[in-house]
Amino acid sequence: MVMPQPILETSRLRKIFGGLMAVVDLNFKVMPGQIKAIIGPNGAGKTTLFNIITGILPPTGGTIRFKGREISGEKPHRIAQKGISRTFQTVELFGNMTVLENVMVGRHVRTKKGLIQSGLRLPGVKREERLVLEMAQEKLEVVGLMRRANESASGIPLGEQKLLEIARALATDPQLLLLDEPAAGLNETEKLRIGEIIRKIRGSGITVLLVEHHMDLVMNISDEIVVLNYGEKVAEGTPEEVKGDEKVIDAYLGVEIRYA
Amino acid sequence: MGKENRRAVFILMICLGIFPFFIRSDYYLSIMIFIGINAIIVMGLSLLMGYAGQISLGHAAFFGIGAYCSGVLTVKLGFSIFTAFFCGIFLSTIMAMAIAIPTLKLKGHYLAVATLGFGEIIYVIFNELLEITGGPSGLSGIPSIHFFGYSFKGGWRYFYLVWTVAILLLIFSLNIIHSRIGRALRAVHGSEVAAQAMGVNVSQFKIQVFVLSAIYASVAGTLYAHFVTFISPSTFSLFVSILLLMMVVIGGGGSIWGALLGAGILTVLPESLRAFRDFDILVYGIILMTILLFMPEGIFKGLTLSLIWMRKKW
Amino acid sequence: MSLFSEILQFVFTGLTIGSIYSMVGLGFNIIYNATTIINLAQGEFVMFGGLIMVFLTVVLKFPLFVGFPLTVIVVMAIGAVFERFAIHPLRNASLLTLIIVTIAASILFRGIAMFIWGKDPYSLPPFTPGSPVMIGGAVIMLQTFWVLGTTLAIVVLTTLFFGKTIVGKAMSACSFNPMAASLMGIHVRKMILISFALSAGLGAVAGIVITPMSLMDYDRGPMLAVKGFCAAVLGGLGVGYGVVLGGFIVGLLESLTAGLIHSGFKDAVALVILLFILCFKPSGIFGSEEVSKIKKF
Repeated sequence: MVMPQPILETSRLRKIFGGLMAVVDLNFKVMPGQIKAIIGPNGAGKTTLFNIITGILPPTGGTIRFKGREISGEKPHRIAQKGISRTFQTVELFGNMTVLENVMVGRHVRTKKGLIQSGLRLPGVKREERLVLEMAQEKLEVVGLMRRANESASGIPLGEQKLLEIARALATDPQLLLLDEPAAGLNETEKLRIGEIIRKIRGSGITVLLVEHHMDLVMNISDEIVVLNYGEKVAEGTPEEVKGDEKVIDAYLGVEIRYA
Repeated sequence: MGKENRRAVFILMICLGIFPFFIRSDYYLSIMIFIGINAIIVMGLSLLMGYAGQISLGHAAFFGIGAYCSGVLTVKLGFSIFTAFFCGIFLSTIMAMAIAIPTLKLKGHYLAVATLGFGEIIYVIFNELLEITGGPSGLSGIPSIHFFGYSFKGGWRYFYLVWTVAILLLIFSLNIIHSRIGRALRAVHGSEVAAQAMGVNVSQFKIQVFVLSAIYASVAGTLYAHFVTFISPSTFSLFVSILLLMMVVIGGGGSIWGALLGAGILTVLPESLRAFRDFDILVYGIILMTILLFMPEGIFKGLTLSLIWMRKKW
Repeated sequence: MSLFSEILQFVFTGLTIGSIYSMVGLGFNIIYNATTIINLAQGEFVMFGGLIMVFLTVVLKFPLFVGFPLTVIVVMAIGAVFERFAIHPLRNASLLTLIIVTIAASILFRGIAMFIWGKDPYSLPPFTPGSPVMIGGAVIMLQTFWVLGTTLAIVVLTTLFFGKTIVGKAMSACSFNPMAASLMGIHVRKMILISFALSAGLGAVAGIVITPMSLMDYDRGPMLAVKGFCAAVLGGLGVGYGVVLGGFIVGLLESLTAGLIHSGFKDAVALVILLFILCFKPSGIFGSEEVSKIKKF
């Protein structure tokens, strides 16, 4: 059997802040169509890893390959163009815009009309605008926020803001979606719903990489899990394998399991 | 550009269209012409400040480049008004790019500093190139505008010309605001990091908007030169740049309509303070301070909010 | 006069005017460090310093050693009142609005000054009477030494204040992270009030020492503010000694350009150099890249 090419692959990826090693020689792969989770205690370097993959932070060393091509060191908007999108741990919505407009911004990268064309409102602009609008509405349907479309993004509850971030990320037509703690601050029903939505997203052919603290959700939906501690990979494998790994229990899971 | 804006533009056009039929005085017409000219610059600045979040302390220089290009090329080199106009735009574009490309890639106050320096340099050039610009005593004899034998001399004709240009640029600006570009720029205001992650090339748009605002100022410069037919450097000093900035903020940064209002108020205010003679600056200062303290988001927003409040009350 | 003594003359003029720019720059810096606001009314503090000193010593005949501190106190009070009535009420407004408020204040201050003093320039007798000193063929007025000495004293005092005292250190903490500063028990609003008063006081000192040499009128502020701002950005906004050196660099360049090349270029030269340096080192000559990344403006 020929192994398919990984959609994302890091090799010896490293990030140092001053003297602090945030990510240490990290090697891991994400296969197309997977839901892969990254877990680890606070400060394990998970969000830093996301920031490096999406180009917000430059890596100190090592490489990141997306669909076989090197992307480390590229500008964030170029990486978005190539097909990686993300949500943020601390919700980063455009609070000065409506829910619908937020999603429409997500479509930015797939549209091209420039300043002058838009200013003159040339015929193509109107068509493009209509397509953007339809697309945005469609994505809002996916996460079930259509009824909020015209409300201010900063005014809706946190759970819905998290969903809105997902809809906005989907609007960029990503092949790989990075979700940074999508369930943080959500109640039980919302958590279940977000699990369903993540599955639905994978069902539409998008690979998902997520950072999450809620173990029940992670164990439930992930195909594979990477465990980080102090920037290093402690373990990698299916949920079953990771649950049984002693190092993982020591580093992190022990607490969770005791309380579970 | 949305139903409300379309209606507002329409109302504005009608008001301006009938204005010269009721106001015959050349003095009031010329004030309206100056409001139109300032409004053109301030609209561009408002796009830059309200939507790209940048401050320019040198827009009077672009205004000056437009005016001097028109003046010098028509008076000294016998260019046609049209050619001179486009030369001004071309020169402003090049200059704006030269400033914006290095500075807008950096975060922070660099554009403010760079435009401050640029403005001062241009001001010195206007003063010192005696042979070309006429130096501090200015350049006179600039021809008035005429197309195909139709002259725009005379208050009301020039009034219509200036305001036609202003309205066209207003529509252009509103179109931009309500397009993917405007959305992207507003997104940058909301969260720069998220905007980038959505594929918005932040510095590219900031540069484009800065260049656009420089072109607006240059267009206004040409209209100014051919109206007053005499230009001198003092019209394009740093303090004019600051006055323009003030118009944006007083009117309400982040709204094109606010920019129009700001241009109107701060053009009329000094005129109406003439009665105070030497104390005009004191009264002017008090009025500005009062507006800022009580409507820090600008008069436009302040008025809208009080209208909503009044509607609720009654 | 030989070329050497001519250049020496320009250097002394440059150092004198540079001292004033340094002090204006330091004033910018103090407020910037506490609030990240660029206070464009900084030049008006200098103007008030000069004109109030004239009123106290020439009109009311107060002796120098009474008039000097009294003027500084009055201008500090103006700075504090400005902060209380114009900056404090708008603490939730955007940084841009606050900067525009300082411009409005600058216009208002000029209006007040013109209301009181009119448009004429005023002069002040030099602090120590006596004929100028000749150094290497250059004529140096005695007041020059007062200006240079005062600047030196100010630099030493501000360095000690920000480096050694609790209040000084607390003030610098405010702009980096007002939230964290207030959690650490720093009274942020008080620090901002103090920063305005201090920087007004600095401006007043600059105004008092320069008036005997260059006269003072109501409209002197804006140009001083622009130059002081250039000095601050050139040296590295946020870095005290950088700002002071920036002031001297701007002053020297200006005086040498005016003397050796052409006086019409003097106002632009500092800005050309500024643009040039910013191309290579955006945070200013002595500024830190890391620090400038965190700052908002």
